[in-house]
Amino acid sequence: MTETLIQVENLSRYYQNHRAINQLSFTLKAGEVLGFLGPNGAGKSTTMQVISGNLAPSEGEVKIAGYDIIDSPRAAKSQLGYLPEHPPLYRDASVDEYLGYCARLHRIPRPAVKAALSKVKAQCGLESNGARLIGNLSKGYQQRVGIAQAIIHDPPVVILDEPTVGLDPIQIREIRDLIRSLGSERSVILSTHILSEVQATCDRVQIIRAGELIYNASTESLNNRHEISCRIALRKAVNIEELTALAGIEQAEVLGDERYRLVFAADVTPDALVAHAVKQQWGLYELIPEQQSLEDLFIELTQHELDNAI
Amino acid sequence: MIWVIGRREFIAMFQAPLAWVILAVIQFILGYMFLTNLDNFFLLQPQLMALQNTPGVTDIVVAPLMQVAAIILLMVMPLLTMRSIAEEKRNRSLTLLVSAPLSMTEIVLGKFAGLMLFVLVLVSMLMLMPLSLYLGTSPDSGKLLSIYLGMLLLLGAFSAIGLYLSSLTENQTIAAVGSFGILLMLWIIDWLSESVTSGQSLLAYLSLLGHHESLLEGVFDSSDIAYYLLLITGFLGLTIRQLDRERLL
Repeated sequence: MTETLIQVENLSRYYQNHRAINQLSFTLKAGEVLGFLGPNGAGKSTTMQVISGNLAPSEGEVKIAGYDIIDSPRAAKSQLGYLPEHPPLYRDASVDEYLGYCARLHRIPRPAVKAALSKVKAQCGLESNGARLIGNLSKGYQQRVGIAQAIIHDPPVVILDEPTVGLDPIQIREIRDLIRSLGSERSVILSTHILSEVQATCDRVQIIRAGELIYNASTESLNNRHEISCRIALRKAVNIEELTALAGIEQAEVLGDERYRLVFAADVTPDALVAHAVKQQWGLYELIPEQQSLEDLFIELTQHELDNAI
Repeated sequence: MIWVIGRREFIAMFQAPLAWVILAVIQFILGYMFLTNLDNFFLLQPQLMALQNTPGVTDIVVAPLMQVAAIILLMVMPLLTMRSIAEEKRNRSLTLLVSAPLSMTEIVLGKFAGLMLFVLVLVSMLMLMPLSLYLGTSPDSGKLLSIYLGMLLLLGAFSAIGLYLSSLTENQTIAAVGSFGILLMLWIIDWLSESVTSGQSLLAYLSLLGHHESLLEGVFDSSDIAYYLLLITGFLGLTIRQLDRERLL
């Protein structure tokens, strides 16, 4: 399962003189859910559009399952399911009509369409809506039809561009569950600006800012970073030196009111600290692991540009 | 694949009321015209009997009917073609076709096939009126075929032009006005040729309806057929090019 399904190399895209993507390179392996994160206007949608063949790249190349999107678009596109920012729905058609048409467009043979349709409707929770007109469905259900359209031909790669925008919290959770279930058998690129969404669903995160890739790591390693720093509160004031003298503590900081912020070396648990505190009767009554969450990271990385701009 | 898109386009046209209304209105107006022409024919009949080598019922009733039909459809076809690509652009649903493993050529030919299916229905319904003449008399079958073919080619050209204009804009009204303008221009372009001597044959050759007239008279001239086929291929080619170009912008 280490096959590379999407390979993007030095991709740039210009709109007249405006550069939307700059020298973007990344890969997507089979069975991976990749979160594509960035503020609005960072070039997320443009990247998705280029990968799906809706926009031509100005420079660089995109390969899907080994097929170049420019040289052999048909083979490349057949490996791909794409849900754009605005789901491409026909409001006058019923769900069944529409999905049947999508199946035929993706060259599913006519006898197999019915089976594909019922499978995808079960996956997306649309069983009871087959005969309804798409225009009459709620936003959440329209979004589901959009996702169904992207996976009806069972593609190895699915690209979802902001699939949960404008949904209510329950619908968001349902769509996330759906995305997670997709990730178990396919590779998914999920573009979003909602951070918790990435933490909830993705294996790997990429943060893009002003068209450039500025961060790329697995969500697991991101979660591991969390325990590195802690806030503690003691009943008794202690010296900073006493804290930093402890094994595994790299840095300590006084926050006032007998509260301290400690940074641990990698892979160190606060055991030693707690044992020491008990022995010295410091009266440790609070130990809060400080989460460096994705949000902090995101803001830290993306604010940088803003500060420079001002 | 072309057929899949064409079929969907055809069905989509009938999901909106516009196609039904157009079919009904045209059928009603031309039905009335047909009766008027038939009435005229009965008035003329005694005089025609006396002449030798007289125009038959096809020339007096059917050809003028189809001439009027052509002019009415020149105004109506832009309304049908305007939505085919412009609406998809506005709704951003063109992405569905572009992301599917299809070439632009297949997409455009599919759209055109859908329009031609509608045209086929429209012309076949109109041709039912001349066919009813078989009940009382014997019209010229060769001429009727030539008229049928002429209508299909003419409306095919209308559709191809409309499709191109529809690919240029997101706004359906602009697409309709634009294609109406081009069609009208191509219709009246040979009016000038009566006063201008140089380039006269070129202007006359460009005229959409001029080529149609000879087919209405039952003259099957391969240059007329070539004119329509060239026009259709040309505008379809432009449409493909336009959609391909939009990916670069």
